[in-house]
Amino acid sequence: MPQVNGKYKPNMKAPRTPYVEELPEERAQDFRPVDRGYSMADAVAEANRCLDCKNPKCVQGCPVNINIPGFIEKIREGNFGGGLDIIREASLLPSVCGRVCPQENQCEGNCVLNNKDRAIAIGQLERFLGDNATELAHDPEIKPSNGKKVAVVGSGPSGIACAGELARNGYEVTVFEAFFTGGGVLTYGIPEFRLPKKIVKREIDGLEKLGVKFEYNSVVGRITDAKELFEEQGFDAMYLAVGAGLPKFLNVPGENLPGVFCANEYLTRVNLMKAEKFPEFDTPTKHGKNVVVFGGGNVAMDAARTALRLGADTVTLAYRRTEEEMPARKAELHHAKQEGVQILPLVSPLEFEADENGFVSKVKLERMELGEPDESGRRRPHPVEGSEFEIPCDVAVTAIGTNANPFPKLAAEDVALNKWGYIEADENGRTSDPRIWAGGDIVTGAATVILAMGAGKKAAHSMMEALEA
Amino acid sequence: MYKILKKTQFSEKVFEFRVEAPQMAKKAHAGQFLMVRANEQGERVPFTLAGWNAEEGWIEFIFMVIGKTTEMLSTYNEGDELQDVTGPLGNPTELEGDRVVVLGGGVGLAIAYPVARTFCEQGKKVSVIMGARTKDLLILTDQFKALPLEGLYITTDDGSEGEKGVVTAPLERLCQEKAVDAAFCVGPVPMMKFSALTAEKYGLPIVASLNPIMVDGTGMCGCCRVEVGGKTKFACVDGPDFDATQVDWNDLRARQGSYRTEEGQAMEAYKEESCACHR
Ligand SMILES: Cc1cc2nc3c(=O)[nH]c(=O)nc-3n(C[C@H](O)[C@H](O)[C@H](O)COP(=O)(O)OP(=O)(O)OC[C@H]3O[C@@H](n4cnc5c(N)ncnc54)[C@H](O)[C@@H]3O)c2cc1C
Ligand SMILES: Cc1cc2nc3c(=O)[nH]c(=O)nc-3n(C[C@H](O)[C@H](O)[C@H](O)COP(=O)(O)OP(=O)(O)OC[C@H]3O[C@@H](n4cnc5c(N)ncnc54)[C@H](O)[C@@H]3O)c2cc1C
Ligand code: SF4
Ligand code: SF4
Ligand code: FES
Repeated sequence: MPQVNGKYKPNMKAPRTPYVEELPEERAQDFRPVDRGYSMADAVAEANRCLDCKNPKCVQGCPVNINIPGFIEKIREGNFGGGLDIIREASLLPSVCGRVCPQENQCEGNCVLNNKDRAIAIGQLERFLGDNATELAHDPEIKPSNGKKVAVVGSGPSGIACAGELARNGYEVTVFEAFFTGGGVLTYGIPEFRLPKKIVKREIDGLEKLGVKFEYNSVVGRITDAKELFEEQGFDAMYLAVGAGLPKFLNVPGENLPGVFCANEYLTRVNLMKAEKFPEFDTPTKHGKNVVVFGGGNVAMDAARTALRLGADTVTLAYRRTEEEMPARKAELHHAKQEGVQILPLVSPLEFEADENGFVSKVKLERMELGEPDESGRRRPHPVEGSEFEIPCDVAVTAIGTNANPFPKLAAEDVALNKWGYIEADENGRTSDPRIWAGGDIVTGAATVILAMGAGKKAAHSMMEALEA
Repeated sequence: MYKILKKTQFSEKVFEFRVEAPQMAKKAHAGQFLMVRANEQGERVPFTLAGWNAEEGWIEFIFMVIGKTTEMLSTYNEGDELQDVTGPLGNPTELEGDRVVVLGGGVGLAIAYPVARTFCEQGKKVSVIMGARTKDLLILTDQFKALPLEGLYITTDDGSEGEKGVVTAPLERLCQEKAVDAAFCVGPVPMMKFSALTAEKYGLPIVASLNPIMVDGTGMCGCCRVEVGGKTKFACVDGPDFDATQVDWNDLRARQGSYRTEEGQAMEAYKEESCACHR
């Protein structure tokens, strides 16, 4: 550790420690992870740059307020287990969040070094500990069983976090999951090249070791519901974490043509059903030559980069605004461009047209220009008259957001929803039904992994308070 | 894993599986469906619930062999296990009126049968119109005959069984006689489309059970979207039953055909594999 007179002195000159990335042209051939993360030496070098601020801005930027200078100090000392212990006080999914958090808007965006583009690579450090330090960290204390039973609906990050927190505190937890495997969007949405599935599996396996039961293929609202779980199966409380639901569509002619996908379908076919291995795996997908993806968020980036890996000649990302307004993580946009995704800013689709076999073959677009800022502060796009043009497209993917999941009403009829169909819950996740808590995307609308995780943890503590009272 | 308790063969290409699934059996209703994944590599395919028994803890579905997955399923036997069965999914079939007609065409007969049976159990007066291209493709005839029906009408395109022609002829007669209050239809798109047109002509309410391609079956992926009354609906959560007069049939048909080429490839790969080393 660099020291002066026995006191830590940060290495002020060094730039952000780079990490080894696979070559774009090679990695875009398959689904291997994009980068290899930090080695131990890299992590320590990066930790040595942190100013160890008295009033750390980075912590305020993290939605769950991880003690960032605290865990970075442990890395500096070579006490990796201790570092992970600190993270775990606030986050249960460091290997995941270190990879997928929009750090530039959160912890790293707030880091005092950010103005010189030298923000500490907090995400990489967190991921380093999450991936490598589990055996060195303290196993969290596990309380003896208290005989109380909680049903968690959905095994995405929010459900996982809630289940883990409760299980460690002696609760008997059963997770009900609609799919045949766990992880929610971490499994069927975010691709392998960004989030290796073995990391998700490790989290689920960890919960099983804690005694959490998983009931797969179980759509709550159909195979069972709150009434039955409380009255017949003896559950004391329930956490609804069913995620966002039905995809939104563009509402333009031709949108239902074969070859036009919504991103959820496109990504699920590959990530969950392994369509890239068809016919070894039975689920097929379309391998387009000219793929056009609509949207500018993480989902759109994932779809575009998946299209490249399925062998597309050209992949175009069509967005209504400009690159600056894209909500995707900066790293994803950067990686997508490196790999060959072309950005087509300031356009909006008018119509999809079919070839003689009825499959989509081109899309008609119009140009947009940015006008006055709207409520969100982003400049609102307006169509430019007479600017229509066409581009070829044999696969189109729309990634323009989701509406509320339709199951909460069926799962728990007394839970109040807002006018968009999302569950109303207070800051502790309590819903209008005193036995039911909710969190994650089904409360906030499509958001982030860290917020979903945080909500699950918070709800678990609120439940414990209520059930112990 | 979901154990096959009983396998029944109705005809060369039509089978019924009884599967151990106690919790599902408690919640099953006619018109709802299951998503089945045969093995680790399998596709998720939808099948309509054909029977269930809450006391004994099983559910049943009937399938007709038409492609890779159903071909492979037909080789499964009693005691074998299905990797995943999810259900019951979708909304139960509901039909107003005491006198109803159920129309089933081709594989759709596998779906029409449990629906007709349920209507009978509800005390409705039920007529059934069965249709197929030719005699060999008519399925479940004996099962339909065993129901307490008001009338059973059979049509084949080539006249090899019942009357020569399509299901709309008997439907038209029932309408003219004012013999029914509502209709339910399921089958190939042209059959449902023309049933809807006929019913509409006589002001007879008609619902169709739609069968688009599905992936999750739980309202997440958008694959099963259909245009109904000019709006995008999701067959797996908003359906599978819809007002048949409002459905955009061309749209449905086109989407059903999305993977015709790949389905052929899957079948070929399967046949090669099963003769070389697996049998
Ligand atoms: C392609 C994609 C990329 C993304 N990239 C990022 C990123 O880079 N960074 C980031 O922070 N966020 C990202 N997100 C958003 C993030 O994944 C979500 O905000 C987060 O997963 C929400 O977690 P959740 O637990 O609320 O719900 P989900 O992860 O959606 O999990 C919900 C679970 O509930 C199950 N379920 C639903 N209904 C029922 C029912 N009735 N009964 C039983 N189970 C049910 C579902 O099958 C699912 O497993 C991305 C999302 C997508 C789709
Ligand atoms: C709600 C619903 C209920 C159904 N109920 C029954 C039933 O009770 N009995 C029965 O025999 N069949 C039923 N089907 C149809 C059944 O799902 C298909 O026959 C089956 O998927 C064929 O698979 P395959 O691999 O053997 O054939 P493939 O070669 O894959 O396909 C043959 C045809 O089946 C359709 N199909 C293929 N994959 C899917 C999929 N994932 N989802 C929907 N359709 C698909 C395609 O339109 C195609 O034309 C139902 C379909 C739906 C949507
Ligand atoms: S959880 Fe996310 S926001 Fe918080 S420190 Fe880690 S990477 Fe940054
Ligand atoms: S703001 Fe930046 S430099 Fe300061 S403690 Fe946080 S990570 Fe370190
Ligand atoms: S099958 Fe995915 S939304 Fe209906």
